[in-house]
Amino acid sequence: MTDLTLGRVTADRDRLLALLQEYGVYLGVVVLLLVNTVFTPHFLSTENFRTQAVQVAPVLIVALGMALAIGSEGVDLAVGSVMALSTSLLSLYLGYGPGIAVLIALVGGAVVGLANGSLIAFVGVQPIVATLALMVAGRGLALVLLPQLKDVHDPAMAELGSGDALGVPYVVLIAAALAVLVGFVVRRTTFGRSLLAIGDSRPAARLAGLPVRRVLILVYVCSGVLAAVAGVLATARLTASDPSSLGNLMELSAITAVVVGGTPLSGGRIRIGGTVAGAVLIQLLTTTLIKHDLPPSWTQIAQAVVIVLAVYAARERGKR
Amino acid sequence: MLSVTGLSKTFPGVKALSSVDFTARAGEVHALIGENGAGKSTLIKVLTGVYQPDEGEVTYDGAPVRFATPLQAQHAGISTIYQEVNLVPLMSVARNLFLGREPRGRLGLIDFRSMHRGAEEALRDLGLSVDVRRPLRELGVGAQQMVALARAVSVDARVVIMDEPTSSLEPREVRTLFGVIRMLRERGIAVIYVSHRLDELYEICDAVTVLRDGKVVHTGRIAELERLRLVALMLGREIADVRQEGLTKFAGGHDTEAEPVLEAQDLTVRHHLHGVSVSVRPGEVVGLGGLLGSGRTETAKAIAGALPTDSGRVVVAGVPVRTGSTPAAIRAGISLLPEDRKAEGIVPGLSVRENIALAALPGLSRFGLVDEARIDRIVETFMERLRIKAASPQQKVGELSGGNQQKVLLARWLAMQPKVLLLDEPTRGIDVGAKAEVQKLIDELAGDGLGVLLISSDPEELIEGSDRVIVLKDGAVVEELTGDAVTEDRLMRAIAGASTATATTAAATVTAAAGEDTGPGGLDD
Amino acid sequence: MTTDVDIPVHAKDTTEEETAGAGRSERLSALAQQHGALVTLLVAMAVASLSFDTFLTGDNLENMALSSAFLAVVALGMTYVIITGGIDLSVGSLFALGGVLAAWASPYGFVAALLLPLFVCGLIGFVNGLLIARSRLAPFIVTLASMLGARGILLSITDEGSTTYLVGKGSFFAKLGQGSLLGVGVPVWITVVLFVLGAVVLRRTRFGQYVYAVGGNEDAAALMGAPVARTKISVYTLSGLCAGLAGALNAAWLASGVTILGSGMELDAISAVVIGGTLLTGGFGFISGSLVGVLLLKVIQNVINQIGSLDSAYQQVVSGAFLAVVVVAQTWLGRRRRVL
Repeated sequence: MTDLTLGRVTADRDRLLALLQEYGVYLGVVVLLLVNTVFTPHFLSTENFRTQAVQVAPVLIVALGMALAIGSEGVDLAVGSVMALSTSLLSLYLGYGPGIAVLIALVGGAVVGLANGSLIAFVGVQPIVATLALMVAGRGLALVLLPQLKDVHDPAMAELGSGDALGVPYVVLIAAALAVLVGFVVRRTTFGRSLLAIGDSRPAARLAGLPVRRVLILVYVCSGVLAAVAGVLATARLTASDPSSLGNLMELSAITAVVVGGTPLSGGRIRIGGTVAGAVLIQLLTTTLIKHDLPPSWTQIAQAVVIVLAVYAARERGKR
Repeated sequence: MLSVTGLSKTFPGVKALSSVDFTARAGEVHALIGENGAGKSTLIKVLTGVYQPDEGEVTYDGAPVRFATPLQAQHAGISTIYQEVNLVPLMSVARNLFLGREPRGRLGLIDFRSMHRGAEEALRDLGLSVDVRRPLRELGVGAQQMVALARAVSVDARVVIMDEPTSSLEPREVRTLFGVIRMLRERGIAVIYVSHRLDELYEICDAVTVLRDGKVVHTGRIAELERLRLVALMLGREIADVRQEGLTKFAGGHDTEAEPVLEAQDLTVRHHLHGVSVSVRPGEVVGLGGLLGSGRTETAKAIAGALPTDSGRVVVAGVPVRTGSTPAAIRAGISLLPEDRKAEGIVPGLSVRENIALAALPGLSRFGLVDEARIDRIVETFMERLRIKAASPQQKVGELSGGNQQKVLLARWLAMQPKVLLLDEPTRGIDVGAKAEVQKLIDELAGDGLGVLLISSDPEELIEGSDRVIVLKDGAVVEELTGDAVTEDRLMRAIAGASTATATTAAATVTAAAGEDTGPGGLDD
Repeated sequence: MTTDVDIPVHAKDTTEEETAGAGRSERLSALAQQHGALVTLLVAMAVASLSFDTFLTGDNLENMALSSAFLAVVALGMTYVIITGGIDLSVGSLFALGGVLAAWASPYGFVAALLLPLFVCGLIGFVNGLLIARSRLAPFIVTLASMLGARGILLSITDEGSTTYLVGKGSFFAKLGQGSLLGVGVPVWITVVLFVLGAVVLRRTRFGQYVYAVGGNEDAAALMGAPVARTKISVYTLSGLCAGLAGALNAAWLASGVTILGSGMELDAISAVVIGGTLLTGGFGFISGSLVGVLLLKVIQNVINQIGSLDSAYQQVVSGAFLAVVVVAQTWLGRRRRVL
């Protein structure tokens, strides 16, 4: 009898916890929106939403790639460096026209991803370590290619960075399109399904004949390309290439968005909707603190706390 | 010396132990036996402080105790040797032996000289002479087990718990181990001995406690318990059943005339297989017999491309298959149901539907896009045909019972329309009802013309399920049983080979081994 | 629990010759692991001194030794962490925080200037350890968060990085960084002493054995009665202390708590430790190797600086590539050993 009631209480608590893990990020976004609507002056203006959306776009794009990596039971620490590398390449090859320059920047991201993926899939290096090496080398390479900040004067790039269609900035449109695309890939393609299976149980995936190595390499290539896209967009928005600071701590923001969004670090599950909400949540949190004149240091501390809380909550799920 | 009364322990969804009473006395070797999931490991973990009991009391040396950590239990004088070697492979033998109780000299620093000397002496007592400075992993598994034993006894232990210590030992090492156990008994130490090998139990143990489904079903002097009765207690069957009827649900013979659908020749994998050849005809169930470590699993894995081979070839329906590649083997029509279902078979976090469609995924998609409608059809077909019990196709496989998980795996492979099914312990760790169903399924599949290679530690299952049995020993084929020779008796003799064990004791050993632990992730762990 | 499920335990022992053969090549690869970095360091130094007259000068060596010292102290703590199979990404931030706290506290005396950074950074390391060992969170994410958090604390005590606290000239604390003994800078002496201590603790104390055991096989260590959680908490605390101390020494050396220092230092420290032969998967490694790794990184940096035409960013490329090569080599060596 006692056993039964006890069981029910824990079951209820578990269900509540599960619900919170599942939808907590959306709840957080709603709460922050409400709080800001009430307490922050001029929060409900189109201009403000536009700014917020533009600011969150690069983080979101990187986070999409990170979600893939984390879903495969890995992580990609090189994303920030890939952003830097892409901005360097972009500046360097802008002379050949923006189209080619962007292409080369994206190829650069793909190559870093390929290197990461090969180290992980063929050599069997742990993802943290492999991507750490490329994180160091990537930023160095970016700085070697472009030692200091350089202005980017190109009308096409400027249009990409600050133009809009129907009042929605291109940057935001691209981020949204990529989110939909990645969501579709995860849900509906063999690649997405294989990726989840590999993240959940690699031996089982291997014995089921899935192309584990190919999928893993593709994951990191995707992550690299997405980070490069983010780098290009950020460059276009700033109209400058700054390889020494662009993408700094980006890996952290991206991981935070993914983890806060409810994707477990243990792999096997990817929540794209949650990742979008996670990125938005962090952005809103930052804005809230800034708009209320709290110094950036507070934002950093708050972000640190949010990460730990999110991982802590996800841990409960792991323990079933 | 060490006893528990009214002990209960519940895990989410499972009552692992319920009101268990158990007493280990000084100077007595107490056998603790039971099938997989009976609660042996849980009991041991409660005794050693790994788990805390939900109810009941642990009494040690006449006083109630509660060990919060293994360390506390160890300090109190309870040492444990686990089934898998639980030492640190990268550390030296001596460091492993003395971890946590290193001899310390001046300034509290470790005195390596006396540590090495002590380690050498301790191992020499057990008949092992190795360089104690070398990393542990350079030793063979048996030798590592002896190091674990040396560690356990060299502490001032008053209770020594051994969880299947002989599972990876050679006969010579087993003799040494028994010597040590007798020595421990003379010193007045209580030994709790967990094993599935009945002849060992009868040789070395004084008392026995049989667990089944978390309850004690028998306890007493082992000499007063008939061997067959012991097996019956473990399995929860009437003796008459065990003696006469058999426990499996196989129907019987198949047509065995056609050309082989699978031919594996001279498979060689260093340290594991030495030129194993196996052939299976369509509609035939070929049993692969032998003890744990005889190369059964390795043979299946080599055929399925999951274990790289040094030499040998695999031919399916006349077409050679590239070895060492799982996808190639799968394309050729070979499907493997792996032994370790939880680690290598199911993808626990994915749904029943995704798990069934996993291997067939590339075939069920166009331009990389998944054809959901076709998957739904296939999933529906197989869930019905294999009678998979799940709340819905969307339920996570990790939440299903073992039997249903196994059926999901079978469905995964049948969706590939294989020519050959390799089944490695298909009924291990699943309940009796599901077991019968799976066995019936195997029969049906063979009837449909599939070639089946069946691996089982349960001789009864092997004999009744197979048309032909190939017996492996030490990575080589020692005998092939055909026709009337497919009997348990012949199987036992083939397995026992030249060794001294009589066929009947070997039979008991193997039967018991059928209930052996499923390894990490198992409930009992 | 074990990773190589593919290769089940076989009952048969390997034969005598096989064991001997395995032992020999095992010893060879262990040798490569143990001394590869040292050999590379010697070669690099030889090449450098042949190529640049300025390399083997007292000034240059002194400079290199000093700038190595701070990274070396950080790497010392990192070595412990990595041997337990963990990682500490917060050390760069803690290094900077330690420096700022030391400079801030320096007017209140030598003891305050030394103890405040040690206390704060040690505390953050302790919290890292608690979250990792007790709440079982992934080390990289916990320390990534505290890297951010520590940076935040640093910014909030320096008015968002705009205030730089100075260390009083000629104070006893300043001597800790700027003084020298027998012609060698005090930080170098401190580093040497710490390394000797660190090596002795790791090799010759029970705690050191636990560190190896936890990294080598955590489950086994727990079953053998090793205090796993306490060991982990200790190493992260130790790493925090080392980073704080290095930061304080650095502040004493520079005579101010520079707020922008330390970013990317965690990577250098990890690189140095790994290059020095410590396995990132845990369970194997040694203190002296980390020192060699630090020196190697610094020699490479020095050479790149000497070339002059090369940007200092090349150093990152080289150390990143180095890290990759070492890790690949380790993985291969490890795999070969497992097969044998």
